[in-house]
Amino acid sequence: MAQSLGYLKETPSQTAGPYVHIGLTPNFCDITGVYPQDLGTALVNERTQGERIVITGRVFDGAGAPLKDAVVEIWQADAAGLYNSPSETRGSADPHFAGWGRGPADAVTGEFRFETIKPGRVPYPDGRPMAPHVTLWIVARGINIGLHTRLYFPDEAQANAADPVLARIEHRDRVSTLIATGTAPHYVFDIHLQGPQETVFFDI
Amino acid sequence: MFDKSNSQPETGPFFARDRSWHPPAYTPGYKTSVLRSPQRALLSLGSTLSEITGPVFGHAMIGELDNDLIHNFARPGESAIGERIIVHGRVLDERGRAVPNVLVEFWQANAGGRYRHKKETYLAAIDPNFGGCGRTITDADGAYAFRTIRPGAYPWPNGVNDWRPAHIHFSIFGHGFVQRLITQMYFEGDPMIWKCPIVNAIPDRSAIEQLIAPMDWGNTVPMDSRAYKFDIVLRGRRSTLFENRREGN
Ligand SMILES: [Fe+2]
Repeated sequence: MAQSLGYLKETPSQTAGPYVHIGLTPNFCDITGVYPQDLGTALVNERTQGERIVITGRVFDGAGAPLKDAVVEIWQADAAGLYNSPSETRGSADPHFAGWGRGPADAVTGEFRFETIKPGRVPYPDGRPMAPHVTLWIVARGINIGLHTRLYFPDEAQANAADPVLARIEHRDRVSTLIATGTAPHYVFDIHLQGPQETVFFDI
Repeated sequence: MFDKSNSQPETGPFFARDRSWHPPAYTPGYKTSVLRSPQRALLSLGSTLSEITGPVFGHAMIGELDNDLIHNFARPGESAIGERIIVHGRVLDERGRAVPNVLVEFWQANAGGRYRHKKETYLAAIDPNFGGCGRTITDADGAYAFRTIRPGAYPWPNGVNDWRPAHIHFSIFGHGFVQRLITQMYFEGDPMIWKCPIVNAIPDRSAIEQLIAPMDWGNTVPMDSRAYKFDIVLRGRRSTLFENRREGN
């Protein structure tokens, strides 16, 4: 017998269930008076630097129906490409931009919405710049473990073509599932859990 | 273990996720997963800065009653109905290190198994003094605690006669966005745990046991509340002590 490595196992995931909005955005589902406002609903204020953009979208199931019980969270760099995180060692991010947002799907349309800024470029571990992107995490009833993906911008064709992460996608026709549609300032990013347009999800 | 001084923020990439420990996306016993499970292989990616970093929340945002579900929705002088319990534990990483400043959010049904939600149709009564949500942030030891009532079991439309065991939903942030986790806590001794299709989406019995909180007799508050202990493990970071550095970095 060798020594034990002593590592612990990660707590296993369970679905967020149909009532994830109660826990993550209670004001949005009429549980008022507990928190002054829902976390992550305001990303920018008047002093945030950068180009204002709006991201909307829906999450579709394998039958093409939008999920109305999903929550999408986004995480992105500031306009200079810095993350507002203790693990960011390259400099100090814009103090007026948290970089994190939480968007509950609308109970009728299933649409989520973020008012944010266009992120700057962030280097890949080997130093090459990645194209501007927003990281997304999706949970809902029926999703057993949260799904990670990325949004890239349709007006960054050159940067997208050189992006080291997009370059990893073997089936090139799937790259478009990570590129938003629309034009500045309003981008649309629909997420497909299954089907011919299934979004590329990451194991990271 | 490769413990380093705790004074510097950790910036290393994370251990790869052991996906055999988690439920797979497609678990037909849990019917909603059938149309909501990606079918293509996930794209495996080493962590970049976009995943190693993550939002960290300040203790200042937490209100006085945020971790007291017995009172945070109740009318003044009243309290939620049910068995009074304290749920507490620590948030650790896979290397066994405490993870401080972690936002932990929780939500649950009331003592009768009913959620406060427009789409909830179970005939159990609403408790006017119970909202069902709370949150807290771990301290320097990774510890957290909240007070609530023990939630009831409830039936749900899946099989003809499926019931959820009593459970509390948890949402946990770490310090990197890839540590983001949602899970559910179950209660020691509940025979319904082993009949639940959502629980049984997890293939490994010892992984399920990691979600079952034991009753913590030692921390029971006499004449007040019983305690349950629920430790949570987030992904750990690789040691960066001898990581190769590229020229010029
Ligand atoms: Fe539940």
